[in-house]
Amino acid sequence: MKKLSTPGRISTVIVIGCIITLAFFPMWRIDLAAPQYPEGIMMEIWVNDVKGDVDIINGLNHYIGMKSIHKEDFKEFVYLPIALSVFCVLGIIVLLVRRKSWYYAWTGVFLAMAGLSMYDFWKWEYDYGHNLDPTAPIKVPGMAYQPPLIGYKKMLNFEALSQPDIGGWFFILAGAILVGVSIYEWKKSKIV
Amino acid sequence: MLKPGAFWNLCATMTELNNIKIITHKYFMKNLSIVALSLVALAATQGCKMKSTESAVSGDAASKVYVAPGKYDEFYTFVSGGFSGQVSVYGIPSGRLLKVIPVFSQNPENGYGYNEETKPMLQTTHGFIPWDDQHHLALSQTNGEHDGRWLFANANNSPRVARIDLKSFTTEEVLEIPNSGGNHSSPFITENTEYVIAGTRFAIPIGNAEASLSNESFKANFKSTVSFIGVNQESGHMGISFQVILPGMDLDLSRAGKGPSHGWFFFSTYNTEQASTLLEVNASQKDKDFIVAINWKKAEEYVKAGKAKKMATEYYHNTLNHETHMATSEIIKEVLTLDPNESKDFVYLIPCPKSPHGCDVDPTGEYIVGSGKLAALIPVFSFKKITDAIAAKTFEGEYYGIPVIKYEAALHGEVKKPGLGPLHTEFDGKGNAYTSFFVSSEIVKWSIKDLKILDRVPTYYSIGHLMVPGGDTKKPYGKYVIAYNKITKDRYLPTGPELAQSAQLYSIEGDKMQLLLDFPTIGEPHYAQGILASKIKDQNVKIYDINKNKHPYVSMGEKATKVTRVGNRVDVYMTAIRSHLTPDNIEGVQVGDEVYFHVTNLEQDWDVPHGFAVKHADNAELLVMPGETATLKFVPKKSGVYPFYCTDFCSALHQEMQGYLRVSPKGTATPLKWGTGKTDPEPVAAK
Repeated sequence: MKKLSTPGRISTVIVIGCIITLAFFPMWRIDLAAPQYPEGIMMEIWVNDVKGDVDIINGLNHYIGMKSIHKEDFKEFVYLPIALSVFCVLGIIVLLVRRKSWYYAWTGVFLAMAGLSMYDFWKWEYDYGHNLDPTAPIKVPGMAYQPPLIGYKKMLNFEALSQPDIGGWFFILAGAILVGVSIYEWKKSKIV
Repeated sequence: MLKPGAFWNLCATMTELNNIKIITHKYFMKNLSIVALSLVALAATQGCKMKSTESAVSGDAASKVYVAPGKYDEFYTFVSGGFSGQVSVYGIPSGRLLKVIPVFSQNPENGYGYNEETKPMLQTTHGFIPWDDQHHLALSQTNGEHDGRWLFANANNSPRVARIDLKSFTTEEVLEIPNSGGNHSSPFITENTEYVIAGTRFAIPIGNAEASLSNESFKANFKSTVSFIGVNQESGHMGISFQVILPGMDLDLSRAGKGPSHGWFFFSTYNTEQASTLLEVNASQKDKDFIVAINWKKAEEYVKAGKAKKMATEYYHNTLNHETHMATSEIIKEVLTLDPNESKDFVYLIPCPKSPHGCDVDPTGEYIVGSGKLAALIPVFSFKKITDAIAAKTFEGEYYGIPVIKYEAALHGEVKKPGLGPLHTEFDGKGNAYTSFFVSSEIVKWSIKDLKILDRVPTYYSIGHLMVPGGDTKKPYGKYVIAYNKITKDRYLPTGPELAQSAQLYSIEGDKMQLLLDFPTIGEPHYAQGILASKIKDQNVKIYDINKNKHPYVSMGEKATKVTRVGNRVDVYMTAIRSHLTPDNIEGVQVGDEVYFHVTNLEQDWDVPHGFAVKHADNAELLVMPGETATLKFVPKKSGVYPFYCTDFCSALHQEMQGYLRVSPKGTATPLKWGTGKTDPEPVAAK
């Protein structure tokens, strides 16, 4: 049986729904805390924007010579919405074609996109954390300020916590569904 | 207490568990909804949270700061008012505000800088300046201990030093500092109050000369000066004994040596890069700036030997006399200057990492702590090693002709990884130092001898100065350390964008520092001084003797009251005593007259000031102490009847302590007449 099962078809709709939430919720968030910021400061990464206390963070980062974070510098904010839209359109095609192989391929596209995004995110963080202005007022020998890709890290007086936000969790959910359903479809085809 | 990391691990474990479920469960679809729900629930709670800062008040903190009603605090602390320009007085350990002493800013509350008597206190070569930025304080010392005579205060913006009398808690003297760009490195004091120091924070061209702001011009024309202000040990009167002219750089803070290092003064510097723009970056480039060490005893010898040059200049010296109750200004026209390139071997430089701020001398006088604002360590210099290095000429070079001692030759040792952003250090007299850290917002206690870190406590938030009562003397009291913070954020009920500044009191009696109390302060507190209350309280002036009042416009009793006119100047000789003003009916004043109300408080009892205010006077009120005379100037702009009254609730019939001034149109023939208690006062011919 090469035909996609009904649960598989339902999952396609759910996955598309999950991806659409990214238009309304941030993907990722980085929280910072320091003694003089008891309320914490935060940055949200959306598919097409960076929001939160970006100006405050830029103000602090200039002491260590980190480049300012500007939305305009990220071409990802243009490509990512397009890529996700294309992914949703592909999902509709999967729904219409109703072939397991198409569903597997669609999952593959998702995983590639997710992997690439994480790598890209890490690359940006590395760039911001390491390429510091040599004339910065505060220079601590050997110190880099790359925030964690995911998880907790202490940098000078700041603690940073990086994790998925609502949109990100829905994205992860979409991935979990895609992988889970693929396995489900694969096993079902073997049984039969 | 779960750390954020632990929180994260928990989250990660949850996610992992879910993933395992997804992959392994046979009846996957049934469980998909559960997985989805748990993921969404996680998303809805915004995942993991950062830990929040919390204050750690523990144990018997409350009882340690409780001073029962009617009981006195153990210490007076004098706290700089920062941009308020004033000095505040707090009782410690209660943290109760006792008084705000007006120093460099006008104070409408009591008429300082508004009444005719105190206007001269704020006069400068650039006219009347109603405000300043007050940063540091120094109590007078004898044998390296606080003696309770005077308190000195700096004006950071328009360079001045003030002297506050600790019998009356009033500003008695303000001395302008010539050839200074901003008096930050001030008013630190020698162990017998020989000198109060005034070092410029901004290098500027000497003699108020104009010059280009380019970097070449800075290097060629800009200089830094240190003024040694001599203090008359009887009267307290200040005068600039001499100025040392240094290469252009920014003098930040300073301390006099004591004990073995008595006779020396130490200054921290930044911007030895000599940048004139974007100092944030350009003055942070060198790995080391300098501690400037000046042998002032040797400088004195040069001055005595006639080596100092007279320089024509101009500066104001304003003094308040407690018998005339009036301040007068004197303009001084010259200053003696010493050039270390001409008179050699009394100025030396010691390299100190990364724009040092604090430059603090320990109670023994042997150790000098430099706090590089941007450094990852605290260097501690040894006075003995410095003098040995000078004797052996262990120099690494010269800076504009001034010998630079080798860093290692002067170094006692370094405190490693103490914290971030070290600023200031105070001492407890038991061999321990307490350093404030702005960036990591904490106080770190360390041992001077072996440079080991002993304890650290958070401050809320971003501490600037800190103060141990007596902590800058030979004998610190070693009981408390007080943090003066720059940010309060969530510590108090919010009051809009502008929040209270704060102080925090810690006990340092035990091995570990213990937070006891938070209290808000006026303005922005910088440095402070603390002294045992017993050293001051018994010398307190309660009243001014009316019989010694030599004010030119005093009314010695109600019978002496009168109103006189010379041209358009009207002088009202008025008295105040519970519960009436004499005269309280005044007629014959015309629009445009300059009316001077000279109010003498006839009371001779403690805590009975009288206030005086006139409707629509474009001036402040007067607050007149018992036995004192103060003058309010009023130029009426419109004719009419102007009520005046006592503003200080003085007695049961305080509300009745009021009167009227009749102002007639200009040119009216209304005769001058006055009185109290007569329904129709006799007219007197105008002079």
